[in-house]
Amino acid sequence: MSSTLPFWILNSARNSIATLQGGRRLYSRCASNRNKSRWRLFSQGPGTLKSSAPCSGFALQKAYRHTSTEEDDFHLQLSPEQVNEVLRAGESAHKFLDLVSGAPNSVLRFESNQLAANSPVEDRRGVASCLQTSGLMFGIFDGHGGHACAQAVSERLFYYVAVSLMSQQTLERMEGAMESMKPLMPILQWLKHPGDSIYKDVTSVHLDHLRVYWQELLDLHMEMGLNIKEALMYSFQRLDSDISLEVQAPLEDEMTRNLSLQVAFSGATACMAHVDGVHLHVANAGDCRAILGVQEDNGMWSCLPLTRDHNAWNQAELSRLKREHPESEDRTVIVDNRLLGVLMPCRAFGDVQLKWSKELQRSVLERGFDTEALNIYQFTPPHYHTPPYLTAEPEVTYHRLRPQDKFLVLASDGLWDVLDNEDVVRLVVEHLAEASRHKPDLAQRPANLGLMQSLLQQRRAQGLRAADQNAATRLIRHAIGSNEYGEMEPERLTAMLTLPEDLARMYRDDITVTVVYFNSDSIDAYYKGG
Amino acid sequence: MFSRLLSVARRQRTGRGWQNWSSGRSGAPAAEAHSVALPAQAHVVICGGGIMGTSVAYHLSKMGWKDIVLLEQGRLAAGSTRFCAGILSTARHLTIEQKMADYSNKLYQQLEQETGIQTGVQIYDRTSVLHVMVKKGQVTGVETDKGQIECQYFVNCAGQWAYELGLSNEEPVSIPLHACEHFYLLTRPLETPLQSNTPTVVDADGRIYIRNWQGGILSGGFEKNPKPIFTEGKNQLEIQNLQEDWDHFEPLLSSLLRRMPELETLEIMKLVNCPETFTPDMRCIMGESPAVQGYYVLVGMNSAGLSFAGGAGRYLAEWMVHGYPSESIWELDLKRFGALQSSRTFLRHRVMEVMPLLYDLKVPRWDFQTGRQLRTSPLYDRLDAQGARWMEKHGFERPKYFVPPDKDLLALEQSKTFYKPDWFDIVESEVKCCKEAVCVIDMSSFTKFEITSTGDQALEILQYLFSNDLDVPVGHIVHTGMLNEGGGYENDCSIARLSKRSFFMISPTDQQVHCWAWLKKHMPEDSNLLLEDVTWKYTALNLIGPRAVDVLSELSYAPMTPDHFPSLFCKEMSVGYANGIRVMSMTHTGEPGFMLYIPIEYALHVYNEVMSVGQKYGIRNAGYYALRSLRIEKFFAFWGQDLNTLTTPLECGRESRVKLDKGMDFIGRDALLQQKQNGVYKRLTMFILDDHDTDLDLWPWWGEPIYRNGQYAGKTTSSAYSYTLERHVCLGFVHNFSEDTGEEQVVTADFINRGEYEIDIAGHRFQAKAKLYPVTSLFTHKRRKDDVELSDLHGK
Repeated sequence: MSSTLPFWILNSARNSIATLQGGRRLYSRCASNRNKSRWRLFSQGPGTLKSSAPCSGFALQKAYRHTSTEEDDFHLQLSPEQVNEVLRAGESAHKFLDLVSGAPNSVLRFESNQLAANSPVEDRRGVASCLQTSGLMFGIFDGHGGHACAQAVSERLFYYVAVSLMSQQTLERMEGAMESMKPLMPILQWLKHPGDSIYKDVTSVHLDHLRVYWQELLDLHMEMGLNIKEALMYSFQRLDSDISLEVQAPLEDEMTRNLSLQVAFSGATACMAHVDGVHLHVANAGDCRAILGVQEDNGMWSCLPLTRDHNAWNQAELSRLKREHPESEDRTVIVDNRLLGVLMPCRAFGDVQLKWSKELQRSVLERGFDTEALNIYQFTPPHYHTPPYLTAEPEVTYHRLRPQDKFLVLASDGLWDVLDNEDVVRLVVEHLAEASRHKPDLAQRPANLGLMQSLLQQRRAQGLRAADQNAATRLIRHAIGSNEYGEMEPERLTAMLTLPEDLARMYRDDITVTVVYFNSDSIDAYYKGG
Repeated sequence: MFSRLLSVARRQRTGRGWQNWSSGRSGAPAAEAHSVALPAQAHVVICGGGIMGTSVAYHLSKMGWKDIVLLEQGRLAAGSTRFCAGILSTARHLTIEQKMADYSNKLYQQLEQETGIQTGVQIYDRTSVLHVMVKKGQVTGVETDKGQIECQYFVNCAGQWAYELGLSNEEPVSIPLHACEHFYLLTRPLETPLQSNTPTVVDADGRIYIRNWQGGILSGGFEKNPKPIFTEGKNQLEIQNLQEDWDHFEPLLSSLLRRMPELETLEIMKLVNCPETFTPDMRCIMGESPAVQGYYVLVGMNSAGLSFAGGAGRYLAEWMVHGYPSESIWELDLKRFGALQSSRTFLRHRVMEVMPLLYDLKVPRWDFQTGRQLRTSPLYDRLDAQGARWMEKHGFERPKYFVPPDKDLLALEQSKTFYKPDWFDIVESEVKCCKEAVCVIDMSSFTKFEITSTGDQALEILQYLFSNDLDVPVGHIVHTGMLNEGGGYENDCSIARLSKRSFFMISPTDQQVHCWAWLKKHMPEDSNLLLEDVTWKYTALNLIGPRAVDVLSELSYAPMTPDHFPSLFCKEMSVGYANGIRVMSMTHTGEPGFMLYIPIEYALHVYNEVMSVGQKYGIRNAGYYALRSLRIEKFFAFWGQDLNTLTTPLECGRESRVKLDKGMDFIGRDALLQQKQNGVYKRLTMFILDDHDTDLDLWPWWGEPIYRNGQYAGKTTSSAYSYTLERHVCLGFVHNFSEDTGEEQVVTADFINRGEYEIDIAGHRFQAKAKLYPVTSLFTHKRRKDDVELSDLHGK
C-alpha cells in the first residue's frame, strides 16, 4: 500500500545519512546559503551567532547525535518512480469552469505542491473562491517557530478578506442568520489538498471573532463594503490583532488557550492574491513572493515581480524600521541581517515576542502555561526597547491583467532561496511547452496501427522526460535537484529526498508553490467587451 | 446474444453500426420491452437488463415460473453486455466455472433455434430501481422511479451498479465488486477480410486477446496498471463510450504488433472503453443475501460475463426455484464474503491487483498483496516480529510459517512455482517440532458461535440442525456436520457443550457469514434462544505436540494427563495469571495437544507465558502450512476444500459421526438413510504417491485427475507433503463411471481397494496407493474409544 512507502524511505534514509554527510556538493550548497533557520535561539548567546556555522547550531547538534549512533554506511537509492511518488504526494490541481456567473473566468486552473523539510511541515497554503462576492484567492503561508501560526492564518485570513469585501446588505444577512441561529450562508469554497489539516475544535471561537469583525464593519455603514486594497490591508492587521488579543483574553477551555498561545508565540509570513476578472491584487507580509510570467508580443518571456521581500536586504524596509524606532536603535534593530538579530522577515503574523512589551509577555506567560510542553520559545531579544518591532501590515500591489500575463507564481522563500525569478518563469514556460507538445498529436489521429504505436511510444518517451504534470512539482524538483550550475542531478535529488526528518531542514526549507494560469482569451474578452 | 436469450427484439434497430455486432439477428418479439405503467405486483423482479439478468429471467421462465418483471435503467443490454468483446472461453480455473461456460456455450447454440417462445417475462426499460423494500428480513417489493412493485423475490443483476444498489437498502446488502476501465481496439477489415472461422487468440504473455471482427480485428487486454473507476459511486445510466486513452493502451498495442507485426498497416476504427467489474477474489458472485431473504445476486463477472451467463443464470434460477443449485457453488457464493470486504478503498485497491491476474500465471498458494492486515489477532505484531509470513482468509491474517532469522526466502515474484516451494525446509522443521516437542499456532481466525437458551431449546434445535448426537455430558466436544436436506455438508464443525444449556461452536473461518445465515434461517424466533458470534472475543492458540501437556500443567498447576483430561474434552481453567481460558483437548491435526480459547485481553499474557515456560520443552511458533501437512497425512478432510454441499458424511467415511440409529430427526436424515441403503456414488480416498520425486517433479496441489486401472475416476481435492511418510498425500473422490455409458455407479470399499491408482500431475502419471483409513502408525497418542474414525475437520 502506498502508505508504507514514505515510512520505508525514512528508514532507508536513516541508513544512508552517513553517505550524505560526505556529499561535498550538498554541504557547499548549504554553506553558501544564507543562514537558513528563520528563528535563532538565544540560549546559545550572541557569540555563536557571529560564528560562521553553515547551518543552525541546534540542527547540527541533532545531526551529530544522530550519526554517531549509526554504524552502517548503507547505500539505498530511490527509484525514479519512488522519487516521483515522494515529490507528487503534495500535489493538488484544479481546473476552473470557463464561466463564473455568466462571465468568462480569467483564471484557467492552478497547480500547487508542497514539500516538507521541517517535521511537521511549517508551510501552509490555501485556495478558495468567495461565494458572497466574486473572486478567487490564493495564499502561501510560511510558518516559523512551529506551524501553529501558519495554520491559523491559512484557515482564517481568507474569511477576514471575504467578510471585508461584503456589502452592507450581505453582512446584515449574515448577522441576521447568526442572531436567529439559522445556518450561515457559505462564505468560501475551499479547494483543499486532501492532506491539508484544519483545527476543527476552535472554529467556533474563530467564528465568534470573525463575527465581531463584521459587526464592526456593519457599524461603519458602508454600502458597498471596502475596496479590495483596503480589505486586504485591514484583514491582515485585524487577524493579527485578533491573534494577539485572543491569547490575552481569559479563555476557559485549556485546549483553546494553549493553541492560542502557540499561535501567538509562533509566526507566519503570508502572501496572497485576489483575482477578480482582470483585477489582480497581491498582498504580502514577509518574504514569500509572487511573480507574473509575461509573454510579450514578440514571444519573449519576462518576469514581473508583484511583491517585495520584507527582509534586511530591502532598503525600504530598513528605512521603515529606522523611521519607526528611535535613532539610538539604528544599529540594533537589524543585527546580522535579522530583525533584532532574531528574525529573518521584517513582517509577519504572530511572533508576539517582537510585538508585545516585556511586561505583557511576562504577565501572559505567568498565567501558568507549560511553555516547554507547548514548544514555545520564551526569550527577550537584546535591545528590546520600543516594541512593536514587527508588523503584519501587508504591502498591497494592484495589477490589471493583460492578455500577455500568462501565469502567476506564489511560493514560500524555500523556493526563492534556490531559484531566482527568471529561473522560475523559464521552468514554468518549459512546462507549458511540453504540456502543449503532448496535446495536438492525438487530435489528428494516425490512421493505422503502426503509426499510432510509434506516436504513442514517442509520447511515452517524452512523458518520461517531462515527468511532471504539475508545474509546481517541476519547480520543486529543480529547486532541490539542481546543482550550482542549474543542471538537474538525479543523485542529488534522491539524496535530498532521503534526508531524515531531523536533518532535512539543514539542506532545504519547506517549499510551497502555487502556479495560477490565466485565460488570455477571457482577459482579451474583458477588454473587447469594454 | 442477450436478445436471443429472451427472444427480445429491439423495436427499431438502428442500422448495423458497430454497436450491434454482438447480436446479429432478431427473432419474433415474444417479450416486449415496455416503457409505461409498471405492474403493481410480480413474483420476481430482476434488476438489470444485461446478459445476466436476461439469462436468469430465461431460466426462471423455463423452469415454469411466471410473472417475472425485468427492469433496466437504460436500454436493454446497454451496459458491459453491449460492449463486451464477445469471447466465450470454456477454459476456466474452477470446475464450477468450467461447467457454467460449457453450458453457456451449448445454450447459445441452441438459442439459434429457440426464438419466439412465450416466456412470461415482462421487460421495462428506462426504469431505475431506487431500493428494495424489506420487511422482517424478507423482500416485499421494489421501489422504482416509476412506482412500486410488490414481489417475493428480487434479483440484483445490476453489474457495476450492483454495489450501490445493494447499499441503497435500509438493510444493506454488501456486494463486493468494483469497476475498472477496459479497452479494446476495433479495426477496419484486412485487405483480405478475416473469415468468421478465424480462431480467437489469447496471448497471455502479451496480456492481449485478438479476434476477428467484421473482417478486421478486435483486440484488447488486461494491463498491469488498471484504472479503477466510479469508486465514489458516481455513475452514468448507460455505459456511454467513456474517454479513449490511447496512451494507456500503448503497451497492449505494442504487444499486439510484437505478436502480429503484419497488422501494422491495419486501419484504426475505434478504441472502445468499456468498464468491467471485478471481485476481490476473481470469482463471480451469486446467491442469496445472508441478510435479506428473497434477495438474490448475480454479478461480478471479471470480464467473463458472456462465458458464464448461461450457466450462472441457470444455477441461480435453480437456487430460487428449488432452494439450492444442482452444483456446489460455494466458491461463487455471495456468503463467502462478509461486510468487511465492502469498503470502497479495499475494493479499489484489490481490483487493481485482480485485473492483471487474469492473464498472469496462477500459481498455487497465491496470496493477494492488497487489502491486507484488516483483521488480525492481538498477537500479530509479536508473531510478525518473529518472522511470520502471512496468508489471508476472510480478511483475517494467519501465519503460514515462520522464517528463521538466518534464512532468506525468495522474492515474491521468484517464489512462484508449481514445483517444490522455498518454504519446504522451514515447514519441515515446524512439523518436526510438532511431532517431537511442542509448537504454538495462532488460530484465532476460526468462526466461533455461542448458542445458549433458558431451557432445552438450544439442545433441541442443535439436535435437529446437526447430524451427530449433541446430547453428551457437559465438557465433551463433538465433531459434527451441519447438513442440508440432501445430506451434504453446509458446514463441518466442532461443538463443545459448555453447560446443559449452552454450546460453543467452532467452524472454518470463511463460514462466518454462511453458517450464521443458515442458523438464523432455521432457528425459531424464540427470545429464550440466543445465538451470538463471539469470533472476535477469543484468541485461539493451538498447542500441538507431545510436550504440550507439560507446558499446560506447569502453567495451570492442574494435571493434564489423559486420565484427567481425556481427548475431545473442554474445560475452563486458569493459565498463568489469566482465568477463564477454555482449554480443549484437540488440535485439528490428530496430534496430541490442546486448543486454548483465550479472551482477547489475556492473549498476550498467555502467549508470553506459554512461550517462556515452553522454552525448556523446545517450543516454537508454527504456521498453517505445518498444520495442513499434519492434517492431510492423517486423512482429515476440510470443509470448503474436500467437503462441500454435495458431499455427505457417508461418502467420506464418517458414518460414525451421524446419529442415524438414534431415532432422532435431523436435517438430511432421510437422504442419508436412503444413501445407506443404496450405497454411495463417490468415496473420499487418501492417496500416497509412490514414485514421485519431491525435489524434481511437479507437485500435486489440487484438481489433479485420478485414474483407476487406467480409467478416469475423479479429481483430487487437496494435497500435502507428509514429512513423516516422506511422501505426497492427496485426498480426492473416487467415482465409478460405467465403461459403457459413463454413468455413475455405486462405489464400495471393495471397489476402492481393488483398484490400481495413478495421479496425473500436468500430464505425468504417478502411481499412488489408495487408502480408506488413515495410516495408524501416524497417531502417536492413545485415542479415546469413540474417536477412532478419521477426521477432525478444520485443519486447513
